[in-house]
Amino acid sequence: MRLDRGRVLAALAPGLALAIWSGAGLLIWRAARPEALAQALAGQGALLLGWLALGAAGAGWLALSLHDRLVRAPRRLADAAANLAENPAAPLLDDPAPLAQAVNRLAGRSRALQADMERLVAEASRKVAQERDQLGALMAELQQSVVVCTLDGRILLYNERARALFQRLSDAPQIAGGADLIGLGRSIHAVIDRPLIEHARETVERQLARGEPAGAARFVTTTGAGHLLQVLWAPVRAEVALTGYVLLLDDITEEQAAQSRRDQRLVALTEASRASLANMQTALDMLDYPDLQPAERDSFQQVVRDEVQAMAARLAELTQGGADAQARWPLQDMLGADLLAAAAGHLRASSGRAPAVEEPAPDLWLRVDSFALVHALGDLAAPLPEGVAPGLRLAEAATPGWAHLDLSWPQDAAPAEGFAAIRASARAVAERHGGELWLEHDRAAGRSFFRFLLPMAQGRREAAGDPRPEFYDFDLFGADAAGHALDDSRLEQLAYTVFDTETTGLDPAGGDEIIQIGAVRVLNGKILHGEGFDQLVDPGRSIPEAGIPYHGIRPEMVRGQPRIAEVLPAFHAYAAGTVLVGHNVAFDMRFLQLKEAATGLRFDQPVLDTLLLASIAQPHEPSQSLEAIAARLGVTIAGRHNAAGDALATAQVFLALLPLLKGRGIVTLGEARAAAETSYYARLRY
Amino acid sequence: MVTRVLIADDEPNIVLTLSFMLKREGYEVLTVPDGVQALAAIRAERPALVLLDGAMPGMTGFEVCEAVRADPEVAGTPILMLTAKGRETDIARGIGAGADAYVTKPFSTRELIVKIREMLA
Repeated sequence: MRLDRGRVLAALAPGLALAIWSGAGLLIWRAARPEALAQALAGQGALLLGWLALGAAGAGWLALSLHDRLVRAPRRLADAAANLAENPAAPLLDDPAPLAQAVNRLAGRSRALQADMERLVAEASRKVAQERDQLGALMAELQQSVVVCTLDGRILLYNERARALFQRLSDAPQIAGGADLIGLGRSIHAVIDRPLIEHARETVERQLARGEPAGAARFVTTTGAGHLLQVLWAPVRAEVALTGYVLLLDDITEEQAAQSRRDQRLVALTEASRASLANMQTALDMLDYPDLQPAERDSFQQVVRDEVQAMAARLAELTQGGADAQARWPLQDMLGADLLAAAAGHLRASSGRAPAVEEPAPDLWLRVDSFALVHALGDLAAPLPEGVAPGLRLAEAATPGWAHLDLSWPQDAAPAEGFAAIRASARAVAERHGGELWLEHDRAAGRSFFRFLLPMAQGRREAAGDPRPEFYDFDLFGADAAGHALDDSRLEQLAYTVFDTETTGLDPAGGDEIIQIGAVRVLNGKILHGEGFDQLVDPGRSIPEAGIPYHGIRPEMVRGQPRIAEVLPAFHAYAAGTVLVGHNVAFDMRFLQLKEAATGLRFDQPVLDTLLLASIAQPHEPSQSLEAIAARLGVTIAGRHNAAGDALATAQVFLALLPLLKGRGIVTLGEARAAAETSYYARLRY
Repeated sequence: MVTRVLIADDEPNIVLTLSFMLKREGYEVLTVPDGVQALAAIRAERPALVLLDGAMPGMTGFEVCEAVRADPEVAGTPILMLTAKGRETDIARGIGAGADAYVTKPFSTRELIVKIREMLA
């Protein structure tokens, strides 16, 4: 055993103290009675020394055992506790002392907690890994190149096609295999210029700011190696904030080149033919003059022969293929006001000029390459003298289907020749749109302007539905296996059809009928907003006036709607394989059951009632109406007393009840049904 | 005084017939084969009317038109664009750039002469 200084000190200290005490006593004695001391020491000195030594030994042993108990043991306990806290593999304390046992209990609890946490983390990681694998498999199968980026352009994810595409774009394809351009964590701006991406983002953000569903922005860009890339920019959002974006890339170089060659040839042929026809027509008209000289007649006949020959040659050339040309770029629908806002922003940023923008008509939509246009406007404005604020205007043109985009300035502010160099590239942009660009002067208003003739979008864009239907859920694979023994399934893992009906009255047996069925699906704890069921039903009888304020369904609304015999099969199929959920669902089920004989459809799946579940979760609340429960659980109801609105509210309530039920030990479907049966409200029968 | 008409077109065949026709109508005819010379001729000769082809080498008819309208000296010159560019956007551009009339090839000589007479009246 290692020599412990503390223990040695503890053992020796009493002996030392006794020695000092005795020494001091002897000194006093000698000072007072020196002869008596000498006599005593001579007589009982050995005995006295022995007694003192015995006392020192006894006190030493006592001090040692006290030291062990009060100093060493707590220290060891502290060390052991620290070890237990830090080291999950450390053995529990082998010590019956209450303090040690308390430490053991604490350690046990903390270990259980940690194990729980690790299990949850592992489960979550496994789920994430699974989703990632499925996403990876999906992306690998996509025919398009997909790149997912963070907002600052770092690449998070890409598929094999994207890698192959970037390999083609690379200047050194054989060496780097595209990895010089693409790689996780690398910047996408190596391939696609940042301003293009920013422009797409601003376009989408403007849509979002107007409350429109988040669309995608489309643009076309050329790369260093001369490729033409069509890019779709789609936002990735967490709640409302943009967190990144997805790029879908298409290399359209080949098809665009081919397309533009065809277009070019067609235009060239048309124009050349018009010219030739005009030449022949006029020459023939001249030949009609009766007083022609023979030489003149010959020359006009020669014109006709020339032109016929030229047309034949052109047709022959056409069949053999023609020259390359300016590509006709894919365009995107854009609100006119958005285009002007983007242009004004660019003018301000690029030249520090604040343009005067005239508000365009609010419903004027264009079909444009907005990035190219905005930059062309910026270029055209650049030669204007300092201090001249350009004007921007957008209006429908006299030519149907076309609009004017004007960049104007005071007529005497700039000479028309100053723009010569920029004109060509701006013209190319206009031609990309199949449009035109010219310089016009409005002498009355004293302004000159460049006018772009741009195509308007065909028709209004249709109102989109829910921006994000939940058409995917990677937990589906897990839920499938749970389909059989539903009673043992955990409530949050089941698929539900949460539904509500509106009826002509409250007495199904007395002839009242369903006039509306609304439902939503709930899967893996999420409401699938994109998969709703909302159907009006012709009841085949009158709708009592008394009920109309309640459900808001007037007789003319159900006229021409399908009868219940057509609707129920659809709803039956919709609800197949799910647990039915409703509020006071016994009422709705009664209506469904009364149709069983007529339709042959049985709704025999498990049924849960939010009214019963709420009374289990919160038994002491006085009201279990849907409104009251919703208010307690913080659920807002939109469209109350509309079957679809009520179904949605019920679904939200149902999801909010699940954690409360869990707190009362109700975890599986079987437990929930058993608890519901014993509930007070379960005695209600329709 | 003889009315002077300028024909600007790079196709000799149409120039031949148009100038024959206009001479028979009693006009004095100048011809140029491209846009740059057309602009120079307009500035130098001050024709009473210009028949301008849309697609010429050097400077297109549209550009000549814009330049004429931008030059206060000759801005008032009547211009008839006579061109094979027949799309709606081409016509809009021609009128926008300041052409007084836009005739798409092929055309009827009779109607063209009527139009020229109107413009010179």
